[in-house]
Amino acid sequence: MNDTIVAISTALGVGAISIIRLSGKDAIKIVNNCFKGKDLTTAESHTINYGHIIDKNQIIDEVLISVMKAPKTYTTEDVVEINCHGGVISTKRILETMLTHGARLAEPGEFTKRAFLNGRIDLVKSEAVIDIINSKNEEANKIALSQLNGSTSNMIKKFRNKLKQLLASIEVNIDYPEYYDIEVVTKDNIRKSIKEMKMDLDKIIKESKNTTLIKEGIKTVIVGRPNVGKSSILNKLLEQDKAIVTNIAGTTRDIVEGEICLDGIILNIIDTAGIRSTNDIVEKIGVEKSLSMIDDADLVVVVLNNNEELTMDDEEILEKTKRKQRIVVINKNDLSKKLDISKYNLKNIVETNTNTVEGIKNLKEKIIELFELENIKTKDYTYLTNARQISLAKKAYLSLKEAETGINNDLPIDMIEIDLKNTFDFLGEIIGETYSEEILDHLFANFCVGK
Amino acid sequence: MKYEIIVVGGGHAGCEAALASARKNHKTLLVTSNIKNIADMPCNPSIGGPAKGIVVREIDALGGEMGRNADKGALQTKMLNTKKGPAVQALRFQADKITYPKEMLKTLKTTENLDIKEAMVEKLIVTDGKVIGVELEDGNKIESEAVILTTGTYLKAVILTGSTRKSSGPHGEKESRFLSDNLKELGFTIKRLKTGTPQRIDKNTIDYSKTQEEKGDSVPRTFSFDNIVYKEPKDQIACHLIYTTPKTHEIIKEHLNESSMYGGYVEGVGPRYCPSIEDKVVRFSDKERHQLFLEPESLYYDDIYLQGFSTSMPNEIQDIMVHSLPGLEHAKILKYGYAIEYDAIDSKQLKRSLETKIIENLYTAGQINGTSGYEEAAGQGLIAGINASLKLEGKAPLILKRNESYIGVLIDDLVTKGVKDPYRLLTSRAEYRLLLRNDNADLRLRDYGYQVGLISEKKYKEFTKKKENIKAVIEILKQTRITPKKEINEYIKQIPSTPLKDGISLYDLLKRPEISIENIKHFLNLDYSREELEQVEINAKYEGYIKKANKEAEKMLALEEKKIPEYIDYDKVPNLASEARQKLKEIRPTTIGQASRISGVNPADISILMVYLRRND
Repeated sequence: MNDTIVAISTALGVGAISIIRLSGKDAIKIVNNCFKGKDLTTAESHTINYGHIIDKNQIIDEVLISVMKAPKTYTTEDVVEINCHGGVISTKRILETMLTHGARLAEPGEFTKRAFLNGRIDLVKSEAVIDIINSKNEEANKIALSQLNGSTSNMIKKFRNKLKQLLASIEVNIDYPEYYDIEVVTKDNIRKSIKEMKMDLDKIIKESKNTTLIKEGIKTVIVGRPNVGKSSILNKLLEQDKAIVTNIAGTTRDIVEGEICLDGIILNIIDTAGIRSTNDIVEKIGVEKSLSMIDDADLVVVVLNNNEELTMDDEEILEKTKRKQRIVVINKNDLSKKLDISKYNLKNIVETNTNTVEGIKNLKEKIIELFELENIKTKDYTYLTNARQISLAKKAYLSLKEAETGINNDLPIDMIEIDLKNTFDFLGEIIGETYSEEILDHLFANFCVGK
Repeated sequence: MKYEIIVVGGGHAGCEAALASARKNHKTLLVTSNIKNIADMPCNPSIGGPAKGIVVREIDALGGEMGRNADKGALQTKMLNTKKGPAVQALRFQADKITYPKEMLKTLKTTENLDIKEAMVEKLIVTDGKVIGVELEDGNKIESEAVILTTGTYLKAVILTGSTRKSSGPHGEKESRFLSDNLKELGFTIKRLKTGTPQRIDKNTIDYSKTQEEKGDSVPRTFSFDNIVYKEPKDQIACHLIYTTPKTHEIIKEHLNESSMYGGYVEGVGPRYCPSIEDKVVRFSDKERHQLFLEPESLYYDDIYLQGFSTSMPNEIQDIMVHSLPGLEHAKILKYGYAIEYDAIDSKQLKRSLETKIIENLYTAGQINGTSGYEEAAGQGLIAGINASLKLEGKAPLILKRNESYIGVLIDDLVTKGVKDPYRLLTSRAEYRLLLRNDNADLRLRDYGYQVGLISEKKYKEFTKKKENIKAVIEILKQTRITPKKEINEYIKQIPSTPLKDGISLYDLLKRPEISIENIKHFLNLDYSREELEQVEINAKYEGYIKKANKEAEKMLALEEKKIPEYIDYDKVPNLASEARQKLKEIRPTTIGQASRISGVNPADISILMVYLRRND
């Protein structure tokens, strides 16, 4: 990290101005070398300076330059921001000029990486920045911003403090066994604390799931036997022809994805190969893939054909999806009814046909109703927002639960403490206060920190 | 006369160091200022306690002497924390202050390759950064290949009572005046520490009717895995419990400024975990009373140790303080409490082998490294003795890991974190305490003891047999199933436990908290030792938790596997926080794991260090 990096910080080609940002020990010098105006090396920190960017004596653009000296900057290094006139050509030319004067083009997220490695922001915050960069909609952006303010870290820190106090009081009792006057932590005390913490953590996880929905969308899988109209429903939802629709059973062998936006929430729709017993190898792979998609899905849309009797394959699909959040679509309701599903007590049934829009509208409304999408947005945004964080929070929750089981089985307190300690460590990993190899791997994966 | 190893000091660290080195066939000299004080117990008359008791078991497992010797001198034996789980149980013995040193001296004198000399060491002889002998007070020099310093509280010792300061070691012994200056010249950072001891009371002047009797266990206990019981429980003596009174607290508060500590007469930093009675009254002012134990020191004289009443008040105040205690209204004080101040080195200047980083072949152990306690000293002494010997043999040192032993935790803490006040080993210092139990010290460490040559073939065979038996019993219990027959369920109901609904293996039955191995014997004849069966029971009951603890330990070990190059230049690692950089430069950890335990080095610093190392691989 001894070099100086540069990147265009604003979206290319839009807006009246663009910002080109540099960070590193030579940032000021590099800009100064192609700047006509005041000597930037003598400029005070956190000032804006007017002038022109020149290359080979030729003026490229009229600019305002923010000079921010280490350490009170985003990366804790010297940072210079060039505010130039928007437009692809002049922005790119300024970038190229910086490159020829010794800056290196930044990798994606590298400014954040530097901020993290320089101890300016913690792991959650750095993840939040990546989230902001990648956020697909406004809600996700808000959550990421609130993380950047440290509200998630603070919440986890508070939680860990509670645990720390409990652990400390348990340990005093262990180390001073004969000090009869020390207040003994009874199992009832611990049970009560664990119960409270479990409730808190459970709430955080549940609400975090909603934010995952906001951030990553609802993973929706459409399943059904071949040729019941899955792809047609998908196309209606997407209003574009992405999946191949034919009348020949078994056409969709790949898993097709598309996105729609429902009330600001992304719906990731995955069409699957029709599920049926088959000998075709390619189709078999598709079928297996479909079944595994069901496990991962947030929502399964099972499509049945109104015009045919319930088959063994249909029954198997209904069986395989019965534990999932599920909507049953009875397609082709414009054709005569041969389907009888009265033996299943199915909820969330929507009737459709692909010739009218009515059914598809009902389907969308059903989804909004099922996920309470209207409510999600009104909450505050102190949540865990990525899979790493949520999986750690879940591990912490499980450890708490095990501690509770231990207490209820009257196991010795030093065993229960192991579970509490694990809870403490898992929570620490979320905010990077417990060092673990996984954090580093995460860092390497997201920041391209290579050799 | 030339020796291979010279041990300076005959306390608990010195005895273990000298015995280990001599038993490993190195010609060893133990130099002490007074042979009569070898293995002396200048403070409490007990060995063991939480964490410390486990250290004694570890010493025995490795082939050290303290466990065996404590068994010989036992006056009362007790397992602590029996109501809690096996992870935190620990033995504590009241040990006879006459018998314990006498037996240790006997052992030293009958050990081959070991000479004892009465003298005061003033200087180390060092050439080219390597110690090659010691110089005595009389100017004589003794050559050696390695030196182990175990000087206890003797370096520039000062005894304090009230405003009186007197240069002296414990019991009015001569202190060592020059050695610490010599160490300073050699480059060691010298710290000033303090510890204290309470009064000794004439047992004939105590009214025991106002005290509460505290007896030992009714089952025989031993520290040593030799399992030789020298004193049956019925012959053991009792301790007695009393509490301080409001009057005691009043007296202390009134005279606080006359104590050496509060009067500002002490420079040294005292132990946080073993506070004086003044400290307790001031710091825990909401407590109405503090408990005190009356502990007999020996069968051969009348001193009763007043545990919990350590003080540096002037003698006349100590009189009225003691007389304010129930049963001690007319007590005669035989020895007054005092504080003692002494020099110690900065333990961060040590390697994990206990060899110093500054002077090659120089090892230090015990209070000189900033610890307190007989057990902590002995554990270090043993490791220093073993490692000095291994070094002379050209072998790699024995470094015990944190998930293997309390001794490992102790040494790692010393060299990684350093000490501010005298370091006492606590159960809570061990992250993996479920693995570091009193009952399994041999299973953890005996292999090492055998490898370094301190465990005989015969003992090792017995140990191997024990391991096989434990395995065999577990297998038998897993294979043997019982069914919900009437007579079986009747037995189970009266234990009391829930009757069976289905068939179950005896091993699974033993997992129930209320079922003990004794209950299992109802179904099966198990002709195995109590210790072997105890292992089976712990295994059955806590298997899941032991696995969890092992999993955690593996994470730590993975970081221990990541070595930091010896000559790394921390100034070249970009972006380390300045505190972290300074600490890393000072301590020079050998692994990422050790680096992560340094206070002031944050996970972000570790990430940065890892990035740097990966890039420079």
